[in-house]
Amino acid sequence: MQKKFLMGNEAMGLGALAAGVNSVSGYPGTPSSEVLETIAKNNDGNVYVEWSVNEKAGLEVAAGAAMAGGRALVTMKQVGLNVASDPLMSLAYVGIKGGMVVLVADDPGPISSQTEQDTRTFAMYSKLPCFDPSSVQEAYDMMIDAFEYSEKYSTPVIMRPTTRVCHGYSDIDVRDKESFYRNSPEGFVKDSKWVIFPPLAYRAHNMIEPRNEAVGEEFSSYKYNISDMRSGSTGIVSSGISWTYVKEALEADNEIKNEAPSLLKISTPFPFPEKLAADFLKGKEKVICIEELDPFIERQLLQICGKYKIPVEIKGKLSHDVRHAGENTRDSVRDDIREFLGYERFNLQQEDIDMPQMPARPPVLCAGCPHRAAFYAVKKAMKGQKTVFCGDIGCYTLGNAAPLDMVDTCLCMGAGVNQAQGIMHMEPDRKCFAFVGDSTFFASAVSGAINSVYNGADMTLVILDNSTTAMTGHQPHPGTGMTMMGEMGNRISITSVLEGIGLAAVETADPLNLDEAVETVKRISSIKGTKAIIFKSPCIAIEKKKAYLEVTEDKCKGCRQCVDTIGCPAIGFADGKAYVDSGLCNACGLCSQICAFDAFDRKEGSL
Amino acid sequence: MSLNILLCGVGGQGIVLASRILATAAMNRGQNVLSAETIGMAQKGGSVFSHVRVGDKIESPMISLGEADIIIGFEPAEAARMMPYLREGGSVVVCSDPVMPALASLTGNTYSGDEMITYIRKKAGTVTVVAGNERCRKAGSPKVLNLIMLGEAVRCGELGFTMDEIKEALRQKVKPEFLELNMKALEQQGGVIW
Repeated sequence: MQKKFLMGNEAMGLGALAAGVNSVSGYPGTPSSEVLETIAKNNDGNVYVEWSVNEKAGLEVAAGAAMAGGRALVTMKQVGLNVASDPLMSLAYVGIKGGMVVLVADDPGPISSQTEQDTRTFAMYSKLPCFDPSSVQEAYDMMIDAFEYSEKYSTPVIMRPTTRVCHGYSDIDVRDKESFYRNSPEGFVKDSKWVIFPPLAYRAHNMIEPRNEAVGEEFSSYKYNISDMRSGSTGIVSSGISWTYVKEALEADNEIKNEAPSLLKISTPFPFPEKLAADFLKGKEKVICIEELDPFIERQLLQICGKYKIPVEIKGKLSHDVRHAGENTRDSVRDDIREFLGYERFNLQQEDIDMPQMPARPPVLCAGCPHRAAFYAVKKAMKGQKTVFCGDIGCYTLGNAAPLDMVDTCLCMGAGVNQAQGIMHMEPDRKCFAFVGDSTFFASAVSGAINSVYNGADMTLVILDNSTTAMTGHQPHPGTGMTMMGEMGNRISITSVLEGIGLAAVETADPLNLDEAVETVKRISSIKGTKAIIFKSPCIAIEKKKAYLEVTEDKCKGCRQCVDTIGCPAIGFADGKAYVDSGLCNACGLCSQICAFDAFDRKEGSL
Repeated sequence: MSLNILLCGVGGQGIVLASRILATAAMNRGQNVLSAETIGMAQKGGSVFSHVRVGDKIESPMISLGEADIIIGFEPAEAARMMPYLREGGSVVVCSDPVMPALASLTGNTYSGDEMITYIRKKAGTVTVVAGNERCRKAGSPKVLNLIMLGEAVRCGELGFTMDEIKEALRQKVKPEFLELNMKALEQQGGVIW
């Protein structure tokens, strides 16, 4: 054993290595991305690691590896599980040979996601065992346990941390390399059990339900499901990071402490440790559930109360004693418990009347981001026309903000290209555009382009190709060719893909050359059918800064054109003149191309 | 006994490294340490915080309202925003130079740094205001604000770590080629507005 200060995601990556993982796949998504990156960084060459093209591919690669007897891990964020749900639902029936863990990071808040969906509920729906760690140490330990349970029961297992565990840091005990589990995959053995057919699904279903009862029974004595019986007639049931908030509330608040409520921690929400929970509930007067996202534990407890005829009042989200949406905080949890035990809430989150007006700091596209130039070119080219600009998931969703205002819709990965078609079919006279990044294009917009060509839609697909997956921390993707094994693999050309599909036109343009970009948009968008413009220019965060711009004061007339049209964070306005923050500027030159007075001057080097 | 340190500012100010140095210093003492920070969208010019908690009876990486022993604010408005987290009589070390929100010239979303400092003085036990920009110029790099702030936090006497402990942690956390610059920034004095 040794002590290490680790992020939760690093701990889960190292836990998988300690469990002898053989294959790791996944798709980036906050807050899950660092797990796979940690494994790649610590790979001695014996583990196969890939960023897959999307979560479905990642899960299927893991399924194959596990069928060949490998221990396999696949990582994703919660909305990624929606993409991977098709293979997962079937795999739950087929099963695996080598241990397989599906790591799905949930995001209460949500802090950087589209939904507040709860993977615990998904685990129940897919009938798969699920682990829910409440600390970095537990995240490490449970990753190892998850592989063992998976192999023991020949089923994929879901590991479901939330943001505060994924991105929390702690000093934890990790295993020495000598004590790592070593798994040598036996190889794929042909057997009809790997082929799902209706009769197999029926047989499997008949086996899964009793198996889950057995797993639930076993979970009732799992070391991280903790029942802490105290003298009070009340109880608090919690899980995940909220469990730590509950423990600290009891430590810090004497009124709560004196009530001596019993505590129950649920680390395996599915199959629910029913016996442990039933024993906990017996003799209690009332119990409150402190959890984030769905009232998952609350529903389970209500069910157990009915099944075992336990007369205890269950409080939580369903009873309106805990708010439905958003993250719990230590303060909200303490107040919820206080109210539950009959004390006044502290309501510390109330506004301080002395506090000055606080500035909002909304995220914006970086200075020099090529997406800004691409959006501006389309905006300029289509000025005065009836248009719709369908957006997608990535940094470029930030194109929605003023003054660009170039994102009319955003739904999920790859949706924009199909939404644009739907709008066009209802309103053929509207010029329909869909914007999609290069990584998202490969992940899930290729099929949308095929749909559009096949069904004869008239729309313009704009690919914002910055040669990276910028939003989630610059992961490589098929268009870059770099692999997570550190090799230069095969590069997939977006142009070749689109030409192969048979679009009416496919053209590449430099978004930072404004006149050329505007002319390209006008020309290509006027062609009938499905056509694409690839705006190719690298993300400024992966390019070394070579120059910056300066405003020549006597040339600037103070017209504010630069400030008011492109929304670059490097451009400010003071004393009637524009100025450039040379530290932020990346010399994309967009401002100098819209300035009517030639007031921006390029300087080589960086300050 | 637990120690709760809250660092805050805007993306790119070096808060994460400062937080790692504190965590390392605590681990060198053999103490438990938990930490949490903003990751993701916040890096694009947004508000950034890091909570560092040291002690035996801590469970959660998050500091609760009214619990921080010290706030190290790399930006006046961000420090002011975090004041509800400061315990009664707690200390604040704050950089006096505002970083305006992106597109402030467009949105008119501006404020006065002095107004923020006045509010902080009203709420905190002791306040150290650091002329960060001036101190960085003196140090010869805009990238050492984090070590300048840590140095002042040690000198204010409320950080709970000695200068030697921070120096030792810095040696462990910073690449050798940047060590001298960072060490000088940590030891640099002056430019404090009382």
